Amino acid sequence: MQRFSALSLLGRALGGHRGWAPQWRRATPRAAYDALIVGGGGHGLGTAYYLASEHRLGNVAVLEKGWIGGGNTGRNTTIIRSNYLFAESAALYDHALKLWEHLSQALNYNVMLSQRGVLMLAHTVHDMQVIKRHVHANRASGVDNEWLSPQQAKQFCPPLNTDDLRYPVLGAALQRRGGTARHDAVAWGYARAADSLGVDIIENCEVTGIRRDARGAVEAVETTRGVIRAPRIGVAAAGHTSTVMSMAGVRLPLESYPLQALVSEPVKPVFPCVVMSNSMHAYISQSDKGELVIGAGTDAYTSYTQRGGLHISAHALEAICELFPIFRRLRMLRNWGGIVDLSPDRSPILGKTPVPGLYVNCGWGTGGFKATPGSAHLFAWTIARDEPHPINAPFSLERFRDGNLIDEAAAAAVAH
Amino acid sequence: MLLIACPYCGTRPELEFVYGGQAHLARPSDPAAADAQAWADFLYSRDNTRGVHAERWRHTHGCGRFFNALRDTGTDHFLATYRVGEPAPGLPQAPGATP
Repeated sequence: MQRFSALSLLGRALGGHRGWAPQWRRATPRAAYDALIVGGGGHGLGTAYYLASEHRLGNVAVLEKGWIGGGNTGRNTTIIRSNYLFAESAALYDHALKLWEHLSQALNYNVMLSQRGVLMLAHTVHDMQVIKRHVHANRASGVDNEWLSPQQAKQFCPPLNTDDLRYPVLGAALQRRGGTARHDAVAWGYARAADSLGVDIIENCEVTGIRRDARGAVEAVETTRGVIRAPRIGVAAAGHTSTVMSMAGVRLPLESYPLQALVSEPVKPVFPCVVMSNSMHAYISQSDKGELVIGAGTDAYTSYTQRGGLHISAHALEAICELFPIFRRLRMLRNWGGIVDLSPDRSPILGKTPVPGLYVNCGWGTGGFKATPGSAHLFAWTIARDEPHPINAPFSLERFRDGNLIDEAAAAAVAH
Repeated sequence: MLLIACPYCGTRPELEFVYGGQAHLARPSDPAAADAQAWADFLYSRDNTRGVHAERWRHTHGCGRFFNALRDTGTDHFLATYRVGEPAPGLPQAPGATP
């Protein structure tokens, strides 16, 4: 692996940037591996990286049906935060946030983490009560989150319209450690680092079947590029997890919906932070390229189309125009959808399955990007040791049977 | 926006309807005899099919009635809508498909 440093960049610049090698190999599948990861997004690639780096399991392959980072990793609004209500969730997402803070150094790849602060707006008395409850719960569990008055929110984010709108801003929660990162760089950085530790990254390789032996344990996957044997298989296939897991006879508490996002034409830096309004349902931040990145909602019905209805994104834009009148004349460049897998309590499922040797990492719903390093780190632990880490132990599949839901859905009352 | 054919009112825009999730899920007939796993399966587990999906819709801003539909979740194309209590209509075989 060619390591990046100020010196190596300067050297290449003087040489006309010739001689850069590909950042990872184009691997062809071998007949057998110690472990397979199905899904080459951030969560899957990160899992392979932590298996190789922390658990000395280098004989690992990542199988991706398209190209790496081409699913939800490349389709989200890149927001990172950890101010969830319940202690289990806050521990999980804050584990991720702590890994984010050192990820560029660990991977020797700039993921462009920008901790510019995430502002969550309150528009009603109910919002204020819910958000203040979040603030207090977070502070009790050691996660930074603070309450701002409308004036303080306006000061933190000057383009914000706090009073001249149908639902005035009554206050906001601010997590200063929250922010954004460059989504593609996360996939590429993990791919490059995993590849350098011997992990095979196999693109254009769709899993079409999962083979199980006489005692029911997994033994191989059938793919569009042949049969690959492995005693351990981790599935991190986001919206398509139900499809993959049904090949092993496992039915999950998941439903897949299209979630939309949009970007505007690029403009000069005008927007200092991330703003989320759950009640009006819009998220917005500005990318380093200058585009405004706007998150919309999910469609009403399950679907795998990666599009979504236009009225959903129009609804998000109406909210943005109310909250930020300065953006009313901006034009949108693109909109798209990603297929998100929603669990009934809107918390992820990260752990073992009833099938020996088969592990699942799913249910991240509308907010999986922020968890990427933490999710990958804990999933690798679970696969390597055949038992969950204490942080992801509460996020088992059995919680639905045993009634131990981690009900962030009821806590937030909307997609988050 | 989808156009949905309510079996009672005819074709209307999606905004008049509310989605009701997977159709033909039967509540355990003897609730006391069903164990925790059976309840979890009924309450939470879903087929989440990629392909032809039988699902419930309610024409909230019309007749207010529930009905069922067959929709291809890969294309969002509606193949059929039918009344509650009726079995899901059979689909014509695609040419060359094996039964």
